[in-house]
Amino acid sequence: MAVERLLKDDATEEKGERARMSSFIGAMAIADLVKTTLGPKGMDKILQSTGRGRNITVTNDGATILKSLHIDNPAAKVLVDISKVQDDEVGDGTTSVVVLAGELLREAEKLVNMKIHPMTIIAGYRMAAECARNALLQKAMDNKQDSEKFRLDLMNIAMTTLSSKILSQDKEYFATLAVDAVMRLKGRNNLEAIQILKKPGGSLRDSFLDEGFILDKKIGIGQPKRIENAKILVANTAMDTDKVKIYGARVRVDSMAKVAEIEVAEKQKMREKVQKIIAHGINCFINRQLIYNFPEELFADAGILAIEHADFEGIERLALVTGGEIASTFDNPESVKLGSCKLIEEIMIGEDRLIKFSGVEMGQACTIVLRGSSAHVLDEAERSLHDALCVLTQTVEDSRVLLGGGWPEMVMGKEVDTLARKTPGKRSHAIDAFSRALQAIPTIIADNAGLDSAELVSQLRAEHHKESSNAGIDVITGGVGDMQKLGISESFKVKQAVLLSATEAAEMILRVDDIITCAPRKREDRM
Amino acid sequence: MALAFDEYGRPFIILREQESKTRLRGLDAQKANIAAGRAVARILKTSLGPKGMDKMLQSPDGEVIITNDGATILEQMDVDNQIAKLMVELSRSQDYEIGDGTTGVVVMAGALLEQAEKLLERGIHPLRVAEGYEMASRIAFEHLEKISQKYEFSADNIEPLVQTCMTTLSSKIVNRCKRTLAEIAVKAVLAVADLERKDVNLDMIKVEGKVGGKLEDTELIYGIMVDKDMSHPQMPKRIEDAKIAILTCPFEPPKPKTKHKVDIDSVEKFQTLRQQEVKYFDEMVQKCKDVGATLVICQWGFDDEANHLLMHRNLPAVRWVGGVELELIAIATGGRIVPRFQELTPEKLGKAGVVREKSFGTTKDRMLYIERCANSRAVTIFIRGGNKMMIEETKRSLHDALCVARNLIRNNSIVYGGGSAEISCSVAVEAAADRYPGVEQYAIRSFAQALDHLPLALAENSGLPPIDTLTAVKAQQIKENNPFCGIDCNDVGTTNMKEQNVFETLIGKQQQILLATQVVKMILKIDDVISPTDY
Repeated sequence: MAVERLLKDDATEEKGERARMSSFIGAMAIADLVKTTLGPKGMDKILQSTGRGRNITVTNDGATILKSLHIDNPAAKVLVDISKVQDDEVGDGTTSVVVLAGELLREAEKLVNMKIHPMTIIAGYRMAAECARNALLQKAMDNKQDSEKFRLDLMNIAMTTLSSKILSQDKEYFATLAVDAVMRLKGRNNLEAIQILKKPGGSLRDSFLDEGFILDKKIGIGQPKRIENAKILVANTAMDTDKVKIYGARVRVDSMAKVAEIEVAEKQKMREKVQKIIAHGINCFINRQLIYNFPEELFADAGILAIEHADFEGIERLALVTGGEIASTFDNPESVKLGSCKLIEEIMIGEDRLIKFSGVEMGQACTIVLRGSSAHVLDEAERSLHDALCVLTQTVEDSRVLLGGGWPEMVMGKEVDTLARKTPGKRSHAIDAFSRALQAIPTIIADNAGLDSAELVSQLRAEHHKESSNAGIDVITGGVGDMQKLGISESFKVKQAVLLSATEAAEMILRVDDIITCAPRKREDRM
Repeated sequence: MALAFDEYGRPFIILREQESKTRLRGLDAQKANIAAGRAVARILKTSLGPKGMDKMLQSPDGEVIITNDGATILEQMDVDNQIAKLMVELSRSQDYEIGDGTTGVVVMAGALLEQAEKLLERGIHPLRVAEGYEMASRIAFEHLEKISQKYEFSADNIEPLVQTCMTTLSSKIVNRCKRTLAEIAVKAVLAVADLERKDVNLDMIKVEGKVGGKLEDTELIYGIMVDKDMSHPQMPKRIEDAKIAILTCPFEPPKPKTKHKVDIDSVEKFQTLRQQEVKYFDEMVQKCKDVGATLVICQWGFDDEANHLLMHRNLPAVRWVGGVELELIAIATGGRIVPRFQELTPEKLGKAGVVREKSFGTTKDRMLYIERCANSRAVTIFIRGGNKMMIEETKRSLHDALCVARNLIRNNSIVYGGGSAEISCSVAVEAAADRYPGVEQYAIRSFAQALDHLPLALAENSGLPPIDTLTAVKAQQIKENNPFCGIDCNDVGTTNMKEQNVFETLIGKQQQILLATQVVKMILKIDDVISPTDY
């Protein structure tokens, strides 16, 4: 007797082969989707949002593409998730991780069709991943000691990262920007200290790194436009009407005259507050909250530059750069640490006026001003630069580097291949498959560049069979080249994260033999 | 639907709106129930054992969960059938009581139901079947006690505990580093355990997860970890020998709860209130400083001004810390939770060796570590992993492992795993069956057969020929009179589970058998199912 209904309406269950099939297909579809963006000749995608305005995004960043997709296939969601984590954790390699996981599953599907149990495949994949990681560890180079070489490494990494993005035309220029910015952090790796400002207009080449700090705000009217040797008080305090917050008090009076009196008292209070602030001996006051006209006028009278409504991050950064503390009470002027900088001036970028703080005490923070012809270009440029910055900070933390251009995949592939030959039992098929999946990455890079991938990859493999080869795909000339000479490097940490999370995700999807989809929550029709 | 008629031929209404309800009676009802129970068991069956597969569940909101924990699967499945719901409850109660074996208990119940169906077809009354099962479960229960062994361990010798936890973890996705995780689980449990009273409060173990990194980076922290950062970006990120004030009052202007009205109607009042406000803030902060606190942890928010004052007086502070975390911090640091500033005294401060802020990845994620606490009886397990689902699954697996370790501390008897205990019980129940006169004998025999289902499923999931393997092992058990023979899932080469170091806790196994029998009895007793048709 059949069970009528075990699950709720609309809930579906897929079992065994079908479940596996559906997750393989879903995962591979996602991998195929982002596959064409891989490598220096990868193409971009246009994403159109469903929200109002139908905003479009043009990007080649795997994580951004996947984030914007609405996916219903659970296995595909796993891949989207690993790409997101990769973005949060190391910032780059978001496409590679999905493609590798997809390739692993593609190979696994073949094995499953050969009637090899998923658990055996997983066991093989695990051994292979471990072996591949060891191969990477052995081959990784570390130039931390030699600062000259280390900088070169960083430059190479930045250029390699940027070469697949929209910035590839001026990659050298931007790589220098990014490396400079990261070197200024001196290993503190707080990306918040690097501000990226986007201003439409001009060309990408007009972008520049500013040593100081640029605040996207206007200077109050009638206040000095240029201050030398500025003493800055960074504050977070109400400068509109300073309410009395205690006991939930409120004003309640019985005559007009009294209202006026209290207003005067309030004004007096504000005046006192401003006096106190001025008593700090400052000539620049920056507040996170609004500054009303009245106190602004007072500041103008005292010749103090007052900037209102700097956003939260702006305030934190300012405090960081100028070395001051964020103040909210002003009773002890002698003990509040003031920030300082050599010069504050108003500058023009395009037709926007900005405030520039230069010659700041702590040289760690800096601002990168991006220029470009349209908002889309700027957005994409920011994402690319962000990727580069992330990779660089990660490299500063873990200074091991690898060569790029499909070199690490070939090295791993070779080691894994050797392992497969040594392993008895069915697992060796899985290990073999792992090696094939790894070598699929250079194949895709070559395919995307319109090269003869079969020819190139076989050449590459022959090259790698010799001891310590530096061969990789040189997309520019369309042949096999020495990656060391071409200066194409990747960060070890990124590659390792790609390898590990892709294997983990593939393993997770392989283990599934039953998919239960609950009935989607009913939504009110918002049409 | 049967209708009763009164003397005038009008139908009696027995159930309200009875036409719109479906009703199953007698054998049909029992069979439908059994089929439902078996359907649930069938779903879980493939998740059993070290080679068991996972299930992927998509929640109503589209979130994906991948797990092989029986209780979690059933809970997320959104079951609609009443009997299936009973099975869900069954798995949940095993989870609450023991924490592990949630899949096994459902599979067991499914097997019992399957056997009962055959008996019912032969015309045996359901209650007699239920009674037979009850007797059989008692025999199995006692037999388990007989074959169990005491497992000696102490705080220095944790190896036995680690081995047991490893058995639990080996069926999960985390089995890649089961050794590390098992050690973490055991150390965590021992840290909070009261070995003399044989009690473990698992609430003292906090399990935190953060995506990124790899599973091997999972660590045990002797202290507390809070997913918060300092209230002011410029406060120090590391505090040595911290004295912690744990507050549940906000650094905000007071708002008395009693109904009140403060009206400002003159300039003087305005001035005094203003003065008071400034003084109030100042006093709050000064109070904390006076008692010697070097770190303030607060359940509520801070006013901007208070925040600055704290910063100014060099008093780092953390805001918006959850209630549970606050309690854990209080326990770990030996401090007291203080509800009012006036009640702050130096004795009420908690102490910790180091408090530090650590950031992760490229985003602005920061966490606060409170370590080397005065009282190390609260620990945190910090899980890292490639993606969110991985972390969630690791959390569940660790929970199982923690429960197992706790159970062992409570009662250090173990039985051997790999289906050996079930096979041994099956043999014992089978032998005992012949001694019972009456219909129950059949039920008891069926129980023995149902017990065989677990090792069968285990062998099937491991890719072994199930019947061949089971019969071979059973014969071996009887021949060698060795209750430790089980299914060799991992292809190690020996069937002796003692040599393979595969253990399970005695209470876990006993509980499985008892709970499964109880639910099956309950299902068998139902002979009428009335349910509203489509609503």
